[in-house]
Amino acid sequence: MPSPALQQMGKRPMGQRIKEWVTDFRRQWEIQSMVIPGIIFMIVFCYIPIYGLTIAFKNYTVIDTLSSAPWVGLDNFRIILSDKYFWDSVINTLGISFLKLAIGFVIPIILGIMIYELNRGRFKKIVQTISYLPHFLSWIVLGGMLITWFSTSGLFNQLLLELGLISKPSNILLDAGKYWWIATLSDIWKEAGWGTILYLAVMSKIDPTYYEAARIDGASRIRQIWNITLPNMKMIISLNLILTVSGLLGSNLDQTLVLMNSQNREKAEVINSYVYRMGMTQGDFSYATAVGLGVSIVSVILLVAANKITSKLNDNQSVL
Amino acid sequence: MNRKVVKEDVDSRIFDAINIIVLFLVTVVIVVPLWNVIISSLSSGKALAEGGFIFWSKEFSLENYRSVFNDNTIWQSFLVSISKTFAGVITHVFFCAMIGYGLSKRYIKGRKLYVAMGVITMFFSGGMIPTYLLIKSLGLLNSFWVYIIPALFSYYDVVILMNFFRNVPDSLEESAKIDGAGDWRIFLKIFIPLSMPAMATIALFNGVGQWNDFMTTKLYITNQALYPLQMKLYEIIVQSQTQSMQNIGGSAVIETTTKGVQLATIVITTLPIVVIYPLLQRYFISGMMLGAVKE
Repeated sequence: MPSPALQQMGKRPMGQRIKEWVTDFRRQWEIQSMVIPGIIFMIVFCYIPIYGLTIAFKNYTVIDTLSSAPWVGLDNFRIILSDKYFWDSVINTLGISFLKLAIGFVIPIILGIMIYELNRGRFKKIVQTISYLPHFLSWIVLGGMLITWFSTSGLFNQLLLELGLISKPSNILLDAGKYWWIATLSDIWKEAGWGTILYLAVMSKIDPTYYEAARIDGASRIRQIWNITLPNMKMIISLNLILTVSGLLGSNLDQTLVLMNSQNREKAEVINSYVYRMGMTQGDFSYATAVGLGVSIVSVILLVAANKITSKLNDNQSVL
Repeated sequence: MNRKVVKEDVDSRIFDAINIIVLFLVTVVIVVPLWNVIISSLSSGKALAEGGFIFWSKEFSLENYRSVFNDNTIWQSFLVSISKTFAGVITHVFFCAMIGYGLSKRYIKGRKLYVAMGVITMFFSGGMIPTYLLIKSLGLLNSFWVYIIPALFSYYDVVILMNFFRNVPDSLEESAKIDGAGDWRIFLKIFIPLSMPAMATIALFNGVGQWNDFMTTKLYITNQALYPLQMKLYEIIVQSQTQSMQNIGGSAVIETTTKGVQLATIVITTLPIVVIYPLLQRYFISGMMLGAVKE
């Protein structure tokens, strides 16, 4: 049985604790003055917009304020479910994201391993420098390049003509059926090299004696990659996979805005660009917010699910 | 010599050869289109219309650049791009460093709440429309400040800097405190100079982000005087696309003129990044590492 004095030390009265806390806080005013502007920033620029999500459940028009707009419950969400254009954008988002995931996720891993296996210093540096470069171009710049490359007198058509693969130039950016591939491949061209950096960093930490031992046992290079390199990258690959999967629905708005045109729209519109169009150009704020909120909720579910699955694969160690 | 080792040696050489060839092709696939944009931008309209060159232009000409630079609005956009990048980077790095420094002190009251609030911002946001309504009600529409103020803070960068500050030995701070220095003085005079590498990394990432940013303009700016290069380029692209669609089979002259202007603008917009990129490459890489090993 603890003495009354000890009990009191553990449970001082609430008022006294608050008082002490305030005194400590005051004494720290100088260091607090560095943090508080950040907290104010977060409240204004992050938490007020999160509160603003309530307009998804309201009928907000330009003349309303956030508080005066009437509540409409789930009406906006009901309309979404019967909106053909919304479902088109969902299908396009999923299609493009699936291609980006299936191809774009694996290529940096392979590319990273290939660069790691290069033992020549000079060439390795050149490959790295060049492959990282496209990451630094904006989507607007890359979009402009794609439009000129694919134009009838552009690089793409010239190459195909010279190789004899086509007889007449045509602009494939106007061909809706090929848009998903253009979106996927241009994204890979831009980001694959950059994606290798983390993998290379992890590989550089693998103990070289593993490889020596494997060589003595007569393991081929492919075998060494399979049995040493890849298992050592399991954690970082899982982490990357979780982040990629949780971002699946938020696929690149800049890319779509610059590459979409009246000919390929039905295959190019993604959820984000649809939100942009409904909200910013048509002024239907409540509807656009409802779409955006739905996407965020699904993204969080994807994040949690991907974390669960990958932690199973990593012997129940949570990656996040 | 053991036969197995010899065979393994040959296999290994084949592996190396294939590896080098494939990676060589990868670099070619990246470099050729970029090179093609540069030489095309340096070609006359006539040569562009004829097409047919990949590595070298038939008719060298600066006419595209001349017509771009004759347009005063391009100079204006250049100025906007440069000033928003410089002002944005300096304020962003300082603001994040200040908060990161405060949060690096474990004794600070309210730390748990501050960190929880920060972590939530990494996973949740209001999204496009509520943010737009906020920016509108703050009166930031069509204001240069919209490039700076909403971009001040990023919790990722705060975490990176916080971890960096933690690695500075405590004794430095203690001895300065004994000498009578306050927290602000210690931060400005000791921690900022010591943290230049980390701050340079964040500055570089943020700088590229600012330079390439186009959505901020698209969402919040309608005044052409505040258009940065990216927005200017976007307008040229959209314009040329509608034109080329209207003229399918029509006037090739208009198409090649806008194409030349477009190419020259692409090169001008990208040049600053391409020029500084090789110099700063190692910072970018160490920055990726900093970002990866946080937690």
